[in-house]
Order: sequence, then structure tokens, then C-alpha cells
Amino acid sequence: MAPSPILEIRDLDVRFATPDGEVHAVRNAGFTIGESECLGVVGESGSGKSQLFMAATGLLAANGKATGSVKYRGQEILNAPPAQLNRFRGSKITMIFQDPLTSLTPHMTAGAQIIETLRIHTGLPQDEAVKRAVEVLELVRIPEARRRMKQYPHELSGGMRQRVMIAMAIACGPDLLIADEPTTALDVTVQAQILEIMRDLKSELKTAIVMISHDMGVIAGVADRVAVMRQGEVVESGPVDDIFYRPRHDYTKMLLDAMPRLDRPDRAGHTHAPAPTNERTLLQVDDLKVHFPIRGDGWLARTRPLRAVDGVSFTLREGETLGIVGESGCGKSTLARAVLKLLPKTDGRVVWMTRDLGALSAAEQRRLRKELQIVFQDPLASLDPRMTIGESIAEPLRTLQPELGRAAIREKVRKIMEQVGLDAAWINRYPHEFSGGQNQRVGVARAMIVEPRLVICDEAVSALDVSIQAQIIDLIVKLQTDTGMSLIFISHDLSVVRQVSHRVMVLYLGRIVEMADRDTIYNDPRHPYTKALISAVPIPDPRIERGKRHEKLSGDLPSPLDTRAQLNFLKSRLIDDPDAAQYRPQLIEVAPGHLVAEHD
Amino acid sequence: MSVPFGQDRIADVMARAVDVKGRSLWDDALRRLVRNRAAVVSIVILLLIALAAVFGPLFLAYDYSYQNYDIVSCAPDWWPDKAVLCSAGGSHWFGTDSLGRDLLVRTLYGARVSLAVGLIATVVSLVIGVSYGATAGFLGGRVDELMMRFVDVLYSIPYIFLVIILMVIFDRNFFLLFVAIGAVEWLTMARIVRGQTLSLKQKEFVEAARAGGVGNFSIITRHIIPNVFGPVIVYVTLTVPASILAESFLSFLGLGIQEPLTSWGVLIKDGADQMETAPWMLLFPATFMAITLFCFNFIGDGLRDALDPQDR
Repeated sequence: MAPSPILEIRDLDVRFATPDGEVHAVRNAGFTIGESECLGVVGESGSGKSQLFMAATGLLAANGKATGSVKYRGQEILNAPPAQLNRFRGSKITMIFQDPLTSLTPHMTAGAQIIETLRIHTGLPQDEAVKRAVEVLELVRIPEARRRMKQYPHELSGGMRQRVMIAMAIACGPDLLIADEPTTALDVTVQAQILEIMRDLKSELKTAIVMISHDMGVIAGVADRVAVMRQGEVVESGPVDDIFYRPRHDYTKMLLDAMPRLDRPDRAGHTHAPAPTNERTLLQVDDLKVHFPIRGDGWLARTRPLRAVDGVSFTLREGETLGIVGESGCGKSTLARAVLKLLPKTDGRVVWMTRDLGALSAAEQRRLRKELQIVFQDPLASLDPRMTIGESIAEPLRTLQPELGRAAIREKVRKIMEQVGLDAAWINRYPHEFSGGQNQRVGVARAMIVEPRLVICDEAVSALDVSIQAQIIDLIVKLQTDTGMSLIFISHDLSVVRQVSHRVMVLYLGRIVEMADRDTIYNDPRHPYTKALISAVPIPDPRIERGKRHEKLSGDLPSPLDTRAQLNFLKSRLIDDPDAAQYRPQLIEVAPGHLVAEHD
Repeated sequence: MSVPFGQDRIADVMARAVDVKGRSLWDDALRRLVRNRAAVVSIVILLLIALAAVFGPLFLAYDYSYQNYDIVSCAPDWWPDKAVLCSAGGSHWFGTDSLGRDLLVRTLYGARVSLAVGLIATVVSLVIGVSYGATAGFLGGRVDELMMRFVDVLYSIPYIFLVIILMVIFDRNFFLLFVAIGAVEWLTMARIVRGQTLSLKQKEFVEAARAGGVGNFSIITRHIIPNVFGPVIVYVTLTVPASILAESFLSFLGLGIQEPLTSWGVLIKDGADQMETAPWMLLFPATFMAITLFCFNFIGDGLRDALDPQDR
């Protein structure tokens, strides 16, 4: 450790006065951050990891109170007046937040915001500030920095915005950069790029970095030392290798165990659903297309189709789990909704046990709803806030089997609640009284109560903390083993998909690029996109992360409106005209059950 | 590691959850509302005014149409400025108007009419606005486009002219006044509800209901309408004063309530005519109306804060 620490936190306590009583967000926290060192702070939601640094930099909400000691280069800064804090806050100590869109002012161009920061803190004249702004934008590898300077935040993609935020944070040459979940809102391939930039900053600029994250994989890749937080307390801290290879505290061990790992598909204590023995095909999807008409500006503008799902075919056997992975905008949720007929399809066929779903009458469709159910991503948003959880769980039953009486429905609700690990006495509670994990159990119960044959989990565990995530996955797999239902498991998280699926399908801009059984696709990926995706996933193992050479995808995901984008991996067949009918890469079976899209 | 931490925590939460009594959103809202002093005081004052309006005239010695020509435009006994023409005598606490009628009983009768106009016009706008807005927002697409353009067209008609035309065609009619004001107020309500519905129908719980086979009608009544209630209730508390003001304005123009029946608007108009010689004739009804409007605004503010679940 460097002799004089940049930031030294001792006995920090943060309390919030709320109507429900005092919340003790941070208890007795303490650590030091040395020169050009990267400290990783991990913890689940509510562990106080963000509030700790908010308090240290004087950004606490009005109802919060901090006590203890925070020293910046030996000078006490906790609860210092803003005028004193502003001498180094924003120039010497800078912060990056999770959501780059809300952290940037929408009515100022990216360049203007960086220049403003520079001029306030360093007093550089305008032309030098402009020069410096271009310099830092190039440092965070923004292509065509001069042009990007003139763009507004909404014109930039999420990854670009986060780069602008980083550029702004490093513009004044800070000693310490506090990054609060900087990659959580980004896709894995973009996340890999941002983490790469952070690693370079550390080695090139000698900036000390505090990396706050819930993701052990992210921490493993960048941190030198790690502090693990739980319920406001630092339960363990030490060099990164000690934390990952010789964890001492139970909580650290639990976090590491619960974290799904791409390189180790079977988590300790986790049971994978047995491979389907039944060969019967439950669901068959043929060349499914879902296009949304996007109208251009103005009254008479041409509408162009957004090809959200553009010719996807697959089959699903009884008792099988199909994992669907892809980055945002690849059409995975649209595909799920089209299969469930929550969205109208443009073309193609969905066959459910020899019956074409498109040719059914309204009454038959309604009966089929009983067989096909869905679990949503956001547990709180998917429950009506004004309904008790009992009513929410009972709703599909009341609609689909109205012949059951009140008492019978209530009985079934109680039974399913116990099955998913909820106390049946909570039947009259409201969703806002529960945690995310409990609400997701309600979501699972609602889907399972009609005893469906297929459940689609649309990012069903993505919004949950790792420990809760592991529980929900175990619950879903257990229910699958008990009932023999099929699952379509959609997620952007490849590690989770690998853990639960029998077969995995990779989507890119509405088309399948690769499909194989779960081990083949991870051990022997053939398509460059699959390879890039897999290598971008951070693995909670510092040695692997350090030795990793990234298969980098440069830039961001292209727009699905651009018909040329699908040929990004097959440039040889590209016709460079936005309006031309493009060639569609075909799937080739390279081995039995292993389909790969054509690529260069 | 014996027990996985997560389960430990769940058990912990469960143990604590048992003694936490279940509370609904409405309980929460009520608790927050009660804490808002301005809103509580406003509710009390408003209730007092309403009670006085309903029961007060029963206990007063004078009828609202009884005229005593001996004491025309007389000040109450306690009026500080003794340079007035005459004094109305001890039992006329608010003095008398230009026809020698007791101003207190007339102010209370005016309160009846004004509050009734406010409430009935609001209910009319509530019923039309919520169902229209929720339907337009939920069905969306071309239907929504058509329904909202119709609202735009109605918006563009100057509503005073509309009311004047209605009054001319159907004669001055107490009931028509409610309908006319309500028919104008529902436009804004419909827009608010439509906007809320548009965002609500994107919510996952509506999609979840659809996946559970719930039909459109049930989704609107079971999921959409209960969830637009928050903003709607707040808007209602703003519509009531708006309606009272609208009635006052119409009465001020001579298009509203007919003599001898009265409303605050009529009383204020009469008072304004004699503002210099008999200021009490303006002061009392105007004060009552101002207090009432203030109260509704404070209650609206309080409800808005109380119904916002993020403000805990």
C-alpha cells in the first residue's frame, strides 16, 4: 500500500431518519485507499455501499446524518461545508453513476458539459479546455471525438454516454475516481469495453479507483483490494486474491457460491433439471417474424419495419429448458411475447402440440392460456400495487377456471404459496410490503397456479441480488423437476442461462446466430458473436480475469432498423445500400444439434 | 457454512414480518395525509362550512328571501366604522343586503349552491372523464386518436359562449348549470386519465393479467381504473374549486342562479356593486369563498403528497 493514503475512512456511520424509524445504513465502516490503487466494494442491494461514498463526498440526502472520520490526504472532509468540498469534489475526487443518461444534462452537448467542468475547476481558457476535452474523449476511446463533442446525450448510446461520464470524471486529472455500478445498466460486450478503459486509466493515469458493484466478476477483473459489505458493515476486506481464494467470512463465501459462473455451470448444491426423457415436441416455432412499423418524422413520412424478430425457428420438447441469450434489442422478449400471443406476429407459425396457435378461435386461445405462462423481470412492476398478492396469484385461476368456487381458489392459492416458499398467512399483504425476491416468488406462484406445461421466464432473475437469484433459480428448477413442465429461460446473463438450460440459443438482431446444447455452446462456440459474448462475461476469479484476452467487439450494438446490420458478421455478402433487400445468413448444422449462422 | 445466508435472511425477514401488521397503500396514504397539518386543518374548516351550510339556516331567525325594508343595506352592530348609514340590529350578524335580507343566512344558502355546483359538476366530469379517458388510452391506436381529437375540438369551443348558448336555448335552469360546467371540466380529466392509462398499460402487471387470460373490460376495471385513482383524486380537489369559480363567474355575468335563490357568485356581484357604501356585503361571501378555495387547494396538495408512494 502507498505510504500516504488518498482517502482514509474511519468509524463511518450513516443514519437516515425515515417515517418508519431510523435506518442505520452504514455501521462503523473503515478502510483506506492508496495512490493508484483500485478498491472494489461489493455487496447486495441495501448493503450501504453507495451511501458510504455519498456520505464521504458530502452528497448525502437531507435526511441522512454521517458521523466518524473521512480524510482526504490527511484533511478531514466529513460534513465539511460545500464551499470547502467543492475545491476538490469534481476535480480531485470525481464520481460516475450507474445511469449515464440521468447523470448528463439533456440540453447540453457532451462536449459543452466536459468543457464546463474543466473551466469551473481549472480555469482553463475556452480553446485549451476544448483541446483537453477532445483529449480525454480520445482517452476513453470515443471514435471521432470532435464530432461526438457536438452531440447531445440522447444521441449517444448507453456505452458512449458512460464513456463521456468517465471522460468528464478524469478531465481534471483526479486522484480518486468513485465508480458506482458503472456498468450495471450496460450490455456485457459494452461492459467489457468500459472495464477495459477503467483498467487502462488505472495503469496510465495512476488514478485511484473505487469500484462499487454487486457483481463479483466485475470486481475480480479490476480491483487490487476488495471490501465486502453486508447490511452496512464491512464484513471482510483484503487483497483481491485473499477474498476470492481464501474467503474467511461466511457471507463472502456465500456470495462467491451463489454467483453463477460461466466456467463452472453447476453451482455447489445446485441441481440441474434432468434432461428430458420424453421426445414429444411441445412447441414448434417456424420462421417467426415480428415487425413493428416505425414511422419517420412528419405526417407523410414512410414507415419502416423494425425487425424485432426476423425469422426464428426452433422446437421445444416436453420437460426441456431452452435458454435464450442476447443483448438488449436482440428481440428476445419480443420473441417470448409473440409465442404467448401477447404481441401479434407478422409472419410464421407457432405450433403448440400439433395445433397452429394462429388458427384457434378466441375461446380455444383462452383455454390455451392455461398451458402457457410467463414470469416477468421486474417483480414489483409485474404485480398490481393495489391488489393483495393473494388476489394477484388467484387472478389467472379466476379467469381461466371460473367454475372453481371461491373457497377452492383460496385453497389452491394457499397451496401454491407454500410450494414457492411464501407463508400462506401473507395472502392479504400488498406487494410493496415484500422484498424483490419474495415478490418474484409471487410472480412464479401466479404463473404456476394454473399448472402450465410451458413457462417463459423473461429475465426472471435479472433484477435480483445474487443470493436471492440463486434461490429463485433453485425454486424454478425444483418446480420443473416436480411437474415436468418445459421452460424457455430468457436472460442477458450467460452464466445464469448456462446453469438452468438444456439447450441455448443466441440471438443477434432478431435472428439466431447459434444454437446448441448448453455445454457445446460454451465450450465450442463457432460464431464470432457467440465467442465475443462469452469472453465478455466477467468471471469471479481474478486469475482468469487477469489472463483473459478479450475477443473484442468494437462499438455498440447496431440499430435493428438498419437492414445491413444483420450482416455484420458476413460482410462479404453485404450490399451497401440501406434500402436493398439483404441476404439473410442461413443456419448450418455443423454437428448434430449444433446450428451456426453463416459468417466470414 | 451451515445455513446459506440468503435463507437465513428470508427467515429473519419472515420472523419480523409476522409482527408487522399488513398495511395497504390507502392506510399509508391516510397516515401521510393526517401528518400534513395544512390538509387536516383544511378538511376541518371545510366540514364546518359544509355543516353550517346544511344545518345553519334551520337555527337562524330569518328566511333567505325575507325582506325588511326598514333596514336596507345596514351594517352589523359590531361593524367598527360607525359612519355607516344604519345599523341592522343585534340579530343580523353579517348585516343586511340592498333588499333588507339577512346576509348570514344568504351566505349560507350561497354556500349550499356553490358547494353543490362544485361537487355535482365534479362528479359529472369524473364519470365522463375517467371512463372516456381510460377507454381511449387503453384501446389506443386509431380509436384513441379519434376520441382525443374530439376532445380537442370541444376544447377549442370557448366555453362561456357554450354556456350562454345553452342558457339561451334551454332557459336559465339550475340543473343545466351543473351539466354545463361538468361538461367542460371533463375534458381535462379525460386527458389526465388517458395519459395515465397509456403509461399504465405498458406496465408488466397489465401484461401479466393478459397472459393470465383476463379480458379487456376486466383489465380496465380491475387494473387500470384503481391505479389512475391517485392522480384523479388530486385533480378532483382542483376541479371542485374550478367549478365553484365557474359558477361564480356565470352568476356574476347574470347567467347563473336566479333570485331570490343565491350563490356566492351572486352575492359577490351584489356586494361589488356597493363596495364603497356597504363593504360588508362583499366581504362576507368573498371571505367564505376564498377560504373554501384555499381549503380545497391545500387538500389537493396534501392528497398529492399522500398518494405518492415514493414520498415515504
